Amino acid sequence: MPDASQTDRIAAILTAHDGLEGPLLPILHAVQEEFGLIPDDAVPQIAEHLNIGRAEVHGVVTFYHDFRDAPAGRHVVKICRAEACKAMGGDAVAAAALAKLGTEWHGTTANGKVTVEPVYCLGLCSCAPAAMVDDRLIGRVDAGKLDAALTEASA
Amino acid sequence: MSMTFYLPKDASARAMGADAVAAAITKAAPDAKLIRTGTRGMTWLEPLLELELDGTRHGFGPVEPGDIAGILADPQGHPKALGPVTDIPFFKTQTRLTFARVGVIAPTDMAAYGAHGGLTGLRRALSMSAAAMVEEVKASGLRGRGGAGFPTGIKWDTVRLANADQKYIVCNADEGDSGTFADRMLMEGDPFTLIEGMAIAGIATGATKGYVYLRSEYPDAIATMNAAVIAARKGGLLGDLLGSGQQFDMEIRVGAGAYVCGEETSLLNSLEGKRGVVRAKPPLPALEGFMGKPTVVNNVISLASVPTIFANGAAAYADQGLGRSRGTIPVQLAGNVKFGGLFEAGFGMTLGALVNDIAGGTATGRPVKAVQVGGPLGAYFAPHQFDTPFGYEEFDGAGGLIGHAGITIYDDSADMLGMARFAMEFCAVESCGKCTPCRIGAVRGVEMLDRMKSGDPVAQEVLEDLCETMRDGSLCALGGFTPYPVLSALRLFPDDFAARKEAAE
Repeated sequence: MPDASQTDRIAAILTAHDGLEGPLLPILHAVQEEFGLIPDDAVPQIAEHLNIGRAEVHGVVTFYHDFRDAPAGRHVVKICRAEACKAMGGDAVAAAALAKLGTEWHGTTANGKVTVEPVYCLGLCSCAPAAMVDDRLIGRVDAGKLDAALTEASA
Repeated sequence: MSMTFYLPKDASARAMGADAVAAAITKAAPDAKLIRTGTRGMTWLEPLLELELDGTRHGFGPVEPGDIAGILADPQGHPKALGPVTDIPFFKTQTRLTFARVGVIAPTDMAAYGAHGGLTGLRRALSMSAAAMVEEVKASGLRGRGGAGFPTGIKWDTVRLANADQKYIVCNADEGDSGTFADRMLMEGDPFTLIEGMAIAGIATGATKGYVYLRSEYPDAIATMNAAVIAARKGGLLGDLLGSGQQFDMEIRVGAGAYVCGEETSLLNSLEGKRGVVRAKPPLPALEGFMGKPTVVNNVISLASVPTIFANGAAAYADQGLGRSRGTIPVQLAGNVKFGGLFEAGFGMTLGALVNDIAGGTATGRPVKAVQVGGPLGAYFAPHQFDTPFGYEEFDGAGGLIGHAGITIYDDSADMLGMARFAMEFCAVESCGKCTPCRIGAVRGVEMLDRMKSGDPVAQEVLEDLCETMRDGSLCALGGFTPYPVLSALRLFPDDFAARKEAAE
């Protein structure tokens, strides 16, 4: 059973989006912003409010890479895997970062501190390879710059 | 002495350390005026600081926080002084029409926008009939800058002539192609230009509501566009347009990390709150688009090119270009590139001029092995094809496409079998799943390339057959165009595929 506070918070989000055309993505972004993931029991509540099927909402949640069913670590590192970054050695930077953190793509370190995700293009293709630590963008990224950003984020 | 500094707030400049430079300026010269702008598009010089000296903006770059004291003490004698920014050859040789204000003004400063030629196009549009406006766009020769190259004026006319109680302008800002960043740079550097273009599209077609579907991977662009929409409403660029009584308003909508939503019908589904699966065409979005209503779906650069067309006339725009590719194209130089950035010029420059002369070859200094033009779904080109002029038909004739005009450069260390495999892997990850050639074909494509790598002699034939099926049988460009990079890599660089075969034998 969802707790009352969660139900109320989702209800507030739903009400705030009333009147939008095609409100489901904005609602899901807001729910994830609030809870850090899309809680399972948010799905029927959203479906009922929008008068659509639970399967429809579930289908949308699972279609898009952005929506999480488990919370991320305290920091999220996104490393670009796309062509322009590959051309500048992005694969090696990513491999080194994953090895150092001891995790896989989409994985979170054992201490729950860092989640590493692939991203297919941050639009920083003229200063590749690129990465992002939380909200901070890094161009011409290498192991040193990535470490520094993670250290700074934890401080 | 009062000093004025300009420093980009563009994501690429921030990624190279512009915020630390801004902090150093504020600390060292608290009385100086610091205006954060978009980027000039010369990424190798970022952070590119500009200081106004006798009314001319002088550049310094790439600047680090430690350089500020020296620049303050002796600007023109500083080792990182570049002279007047607009005299830098990379910048000077461009024809900046769509990007005229990017890097020049503060992105959400409505007064600066008006002072630099903004709103001129909208004013002229408001004095014209809808039919005359559409004719103007047709006469400009503007074609879809997202990659398909469909004539923008014809699309607008279809929507204009459709009967409906509600029509929409949807801007496709789901710029997911690696090697492209023109949309991001425009939205972060001059968002009012896009808004003005959408408002003009609205008047021309009878649409009163617009949406920008912006990818979530661009948080800076989202923030700038949202701020710009609020400022535009206050400034008469949205709502009651310049007090004319014509109405147009818009919203920024954020994607959720699905590459396929850059395809227009999948984008419309996503905007409606559905899974981003592709719709079969017909019906055309121009007749049954968002919420089943007539909808213009245009790329950011297409819409952002509209204000200059109306401000200076269709003829001035159409004077630029080559053959049926009229106007300017913002070429994005990316990947392993010495002088990376955005170069806006009339169509017609050769690929070799762009790669070797403008971009200066590779960042690593090694020979250029290949360039991929048009993003992950574009073909690879080898140096012997560098005489191909940049134009829609010219690239089509050479077995490729210009797509969103991104050029990703690779040096001779590139593993083309690996790149072909990645193209298939990416297609498999991002396929919406609606059609079989794409959903299953991409997975089989990865397997075939792995088999080629391990020396399987029949894998190549199966791969080529598979690519034909994907190309002819897929519903949209994701499955349909993935064969471009795969087959071009195979044909241009057979050794990268064969060497592994021999090694395994």
